[in-house]
Amino acid sequence: MAALLQAGEVSSRALAEAHLAAAERQNRALNAWLFIGRTEALAQADAADRRIALARREGAAALAGLHPLCGVPIALKDLVSVKGGQATAGSRILKGYVAPFDSTVTARIRAAGAVILGKTNMDEFAMGSSTEHSAFGPTANPWALDRVPGGSSGGSAAAVAAYHVPVAIGTDTGGSIRQPASLCGIVGLKPTYGRVSRYGIVAFASSLDQIGPFARDSRDAALLLHAVAGRDERDATSAPVPVPAELLALPPGDDEAASYLKGRHLALPKEYFGEGLEPGVAARVREAVAAMEAAGAVVEEVSLPHTDYGLASYYIIAPAECSSNLARYDGVKYGFADRSSGEFIADYLRTRGAGFGAEVKRRIMLGTYALSAGYYDAYYLKAQKVRTLIKADFDAVWAAGFDAICAPTSPTVAFPIGAKMADPVAMYLLDTCTLPVNMAGLPGVSIPAGLSDGLPVGLQLIGAPWSELSMLRLARGYEGITARAPWRALEPAELPLTDDPTTPSPIERNERLKTGAPARGPGSESRGPIP
Amino acid sequence: MANLTRADVEHVAHLARLGLTEEELARLEGQLNHILDQYAVLASLDTDDIPPTAQTIELANILRDDVVQPSLPVDDALANAPERSGDHFLVPAILGGGGGA
Repeated sequence: MAALLQAGEVSSRALAEAHLAAAERQNRALNAWLFIGRTEALAQADAADRRIALARREGAAALAGLHPLCGVPIALKDLVSVKGGQATAGSRILKGYVAPFDSTVTARIRAAGAVILGKTNMDEFAMGSSTEHSAFGPTANPWALDRVPGGSSGGSAAAVAAYHVPVAIGTDTGGSIRQPASLCGIVGLKPTYGRVSRYGIVAFASSLDQIGPFARDSRDAALLLHAVAGRDERDATSAPVPVPAELLALPPGDDEAASYLKGRHLALPKEYFGEGLEPGVAARVREAVAAMEAAGAVVEEVSLPHTDYGLASYYIIAPAECSSNLARYDGVKYGFADRSSGEFIADYLRTRGAGFGAEVKRRIMLGTYALSAGYYDAYYLKAQKVRTLIKADFDAVWAAGFDAICAPTSPTVAFPIGAKMADPVAMYLLDTCTLPVNMAGLPGVSIPAGLSDGLPVGLQLIGAPWSELSMLRLARGYEGITARAPWRALEPAELPLTDDPTTPSPIERNERLKTGAPARGPGSESRGPIP
Repeated sequence: MANLTRADVEHVAHLARLGLTEEELARLEGQLNHILDQYAVLASLDTDDIPPTAQTIELANILRDDVVQPSLPVDDALANAPERSGDHFLVPAILGGGGGA
């Protein structure tokens, strides 16, 4: 896209028009977008066109100085502040909130010249693994419309998979970029903790949250990471670590990309291939690792012995931090407020009781309990100590000289909407392969590795702190060796159905599930349930 | 480790300032106990000599010069307030008599 834009063969406005039209036409059936900002997007596209035209007049150096994303459409998860726009975080309590400033990520995207088309659906406050916990209805997976796109950044993942945008921003606290990337068959990167400024992003769990890119290939993901990464004075946790310019120069050629795999040391952690992993997912991941081995990588099995303690310790730390972060929604400064009783505490209780959804309440309750008098040592402190052990497991792998850890991203492919809503623990188990990476603060990228039962499987590459460039080079290498694999040519199977106005929306599907009525219309009876 | 009673659930809900319905309280009692059961696995790990980890990147404090920077204008900061009074957030009275705002 960058080359066509800079050569003047296509305008940013034409790109924005085409992508907006697809998003507007298909969003009823997908519910990937909570807001599509046509007017604002076209104004940004015209500005990008002016920048590109000016640079072309000034010459090659000025053109080379443009960021490759200048003029390229992008989607933002609806917890990223865009001045004057909404930021619901998927919650009723922030419905109607208008962001008074740009997040740093937004400002950097504007500086690069990318064109923001709108805001995407998500699990409320990024708590969930399916986007079903959005107060504005679930999102459908373009590969199978009766299935979830993963979560919490499911709207961003679905929008990229559906070709509504080539790149999007998500956030990842326990897998919320990588897992939906896996389920939607795209690339999703969670950077090292501290890599991207979180100023202006609605907080969930502050020692775990990171912002990162979605894209359909590793090169585009690298471009977006380059645009948003780096130290920001407004976020004290953003690290003064240089952002490598090589992110702009991942090899376009498949053979050159594949040559990077030669001699790389890849670790295969046995704990990630245990119970609960779908056989089809295990098979695709093992095939992917075997393909990299055949291309010259050295693969060795390793042990991350505290993996089994990850889930329990994460589901103490994340809720504890969320209960503290979400204390700010008090009906005083912004957001929904119920002041009908006129009595302070009663109004407070009503505001939060009506403003938050079931999963957010559950986590606030868990976190409040884990931090409450008499339980702090048994739960929160214990979990922080276990976190030390989990991090030490990873440190031992890097000390042994490995370049990356290869694992499944999600233990399952996309599951039917409604399948896991009744049992919170079943939903939490979907994060087992991703959340240890957040606990250790490491970068992780999920890349498509073929299909199982016609649904995408993700391969997760986990690296040492600040190794995003190496992870993306490995990902690009894997793309190089699989460039001619038949599954690479496959498109999201049910995307064409989203053009059909009789296709039910995810909200309608959800209503039918609740009332027990049989689902009708295209994309409803294509597959049997996953046990 | 724990067996949360209905009274415990109500106590935690009050600490968290969450107004919950009877139905929500009943459902949470079961769900929270089920989730807390999953935490029991941690008790089997000996962590007496393990220091806790609160942050994963070894960043020391980063200081900057104490120079005044532009910040959000008062009107912008108040724009989302449910109620305002002049340049202030209007909040219900919390002291004295329990009267309204």
